[in-house]
Amino acid sequence: MLYRTAGQFKTSYEADQALFPVKQDAFLLGIIMLFALVIFPLTASEFAFQTMLIPVMIYALAALGLNILTGFAGQLSLGTGAFMGVGAYACYKMVTLMPWMNPIVAILLSGFFSAGVGVMFGIPSLRIKGFYLAIATLAAQFFLVWLFEKWAWLYNYNASGAIQVPNLDIFGVYVTGPQADSMVQYYVVLGIVALMTMLCINLTRGTLGRTWKATRDMDIAAELIGINLMKSKLTAFAISSYIVGVAGALYVFMWKGAAEPNLFDIPLSFQVLFIAIIGGLGSVLGNYLGAILIVGLPVVLNLLPGALGLSISSAMVEHLNIMIVGSLIVFFLIVEPHGLNQLWRLIREKLIIWPFPH
Amino acid sequence: MLDTSEGYVTEDGRQIGGVLMEMRDITLKFGGVTAINDISFDIREGEIRAIIGPNGAGKSSMLNIISGFYTPTIGELWYKGAKRPPMKPFEVARMGVARTFQNIALFEGMSVLDNVMTGRLTHMKAGVFSQALWWGKARDEEIANREKVEKVIDFLEIQNIRKTPVGRLPYGLKKRVELARALAAEPSILLLDEPMAGMNVEEKEDMSRFILDVNDEFGTTIALIEHDMGVVMDLSDRVVVMDYGKKIGDGTPDEVRGNQDVIDAYLGVSH
Ligand SMILES: Nc1ncnc2c1ncn2[C@@H]1O[C@H](COP(=O)(O)OP(=O)(O)O)[C@@H](O)[C@H]1O
Ligand SMILES: [Mg+2]
Repeated sequence: MLYRTAGQFKTSYEADQALFPVKQDAFLLGIIMLFALVIFPLTASEFAFQTMLIPVMIYALAALGLNILTGFAGQLSLGTGAFMGVGAYACYKMVTLMPWMNPIVAILLSGFFSAGVGVMFGIPSLRIKGFYLAIATLAAQFFLVWLFEKWAWLYNYNASGAIQVPNLDIFGVYVTGPQADSMVQYYVVLGIVALMTMLCINLTRGTLGRTWKATRDMDIAAELIGINLMKSKLTAFAISSYIVGVAGALYVFMWKGAAEPNLFDIPLSFQVLFIAIIGGLGSVLGNYLGAILIVGLPVVLNLLPGALGLSISSAMVEHLNIMIVGSLIVFFLIVEPHGLNQLWRLIREKLIIWPFPH
Repeated sequence: MLDTSEGYVTEDGRQIGGVLMEMRDITLKFGGVTAINDISFDIREGEIRAIIGPNGAGKSSMLNIISGFYTPTIGELWYKGAKRPPMKPFEVARMGVARTFQNIALFEGMSVLDNVMTGRLTHMKAGVFSQALWWGKARDEEIANREKVEKVIDFLEIQNIRKTPVGRLPYGLKKRVELARALAAEPSILLLDEPMAGMNVEEKEDMSRFILDVNDEFGTTIALIEHDMGVVMDLSDRVVVMDYGKKIGDGTPDEVRGNQDVIDAYLGVSH
């Protein structure tokens, strides 16, 4: 009954193509938006902002970017961390070279740099596939992190080799740097992530989305029905890397506050890949579910023993986290390759016919 | 042999037009293997043209040349009155050539509807920004093309599986969805590689009916490969017979049936 769709007939193809053909979905989204826009920010502690709300959004966005490339277009990438780095360094250079620049504009522009770099490293995908392409993106990962270290201009020749996010304001309200308020940063992140998500939903359900999925499912057939594979793959690299770059800029400017080159190393790439896999390759919603799980798990593991009156060392928590994430990856790859998103869809289907299963 | 230089009228009274596509002295070699050996034939506007022959005769290779997937070692391909320059398969598709495959090549991760919609991709031109905003051209195109696709879906009687992921469909329906995807492109010429292979009698009858209806209602030119002689005789206006890469017969089904080389090839008498 909760998800009853009877009586909701589509009278036009336009209505059938609406974002929420089932009313309950729109209702559910409304509730989520209410929490995201009002209830969370008004009730969250500094700890909640910094350990959950902000990082979940940013990781979800990075995973969404990767998902465009890997989940929708079928091109595996192991270089997500480095592409986030390109976005972060591009943003840093822009705001230090042009301090008058609106920081949100800088964040949105930084994606274009990672998109350019992404297309460059995407060119091998025109010749190689699968495992070999993954290795090529791994080469990009190593090369870029090396570049972040060696190219001192990128970090303005700081003796530490790190970048520090400056205090930047919009109309007198600080949005980046030590002086920025977490709630303000949360709203900025939410706004950008929501915007990107909307655009991605539209892209993936339309012409480009079908082009990507066709390329993913059977590239030879795709080409024979009229798809330019080069264009299909390179647009996927460009749009994916754009989003990943923006996520990288947010990661440093809205959350970490400072960054050394090794922040963008392979562990970050894998963390984002795990979110995409656990959330569900080829889905948009899944990235959020995956991010909540991957970001939330260590937080819960840290808090839970204390709440239960146990004492567990932080090293143990770390190990537990790795073990649980590892098992989840294996579980999902074997049992449910479409991830949490698919689990949600199954639940939703059950709710639609509940309580009359026939 | 039937003189077809000015078009002709079929037994059932359909007017067949001028030459739409012409293969001139086509040879295709894979290393030492000569898959196609100096073959010429034409396909006329509005015609159902069959290519038959034993396994390994080179029939699929011929369709692959027409699709631009293989480039002939020697020979020319003329299309709509002009010699076709070397082209990528996607460019050939955009010139109005659509096809199905001997081994089903659907997009398994997508629904039936989305698979058929991919057939319209060559007609959809909206830019990335319009698509991202789902506004203006992208939205209009989506609706207009959805209407066309729904017509094809109705035509092939697959309305009730519209939203089903193709991976879940039985073989016969997959073949039909593949035809739907090709038809959705509104091609000038439709290439069908063994559309009835592996089907039971009933499914074959359905598919034959659809092929005839497509040709009849939309006037689509069709080139099809088929093993089943009976089916070919019923469906096609003219037949090319291939054996070991050579053309051993060309003409109406009746002419071909009476051709001694063809009888030998099919009975395996001599090569
Ligand atoms: N890509 C290829 N590489 C090498 N040989 C091929 C290739 N494609 C087809 N052949 C060969 O060409 C010949 C004709 O094959 P094909 O066109 O598939 O025959 P048919 O469709 O008539 O059964 C066969 O001997 C086959 O092995
Ligand atoms: Mg064949």
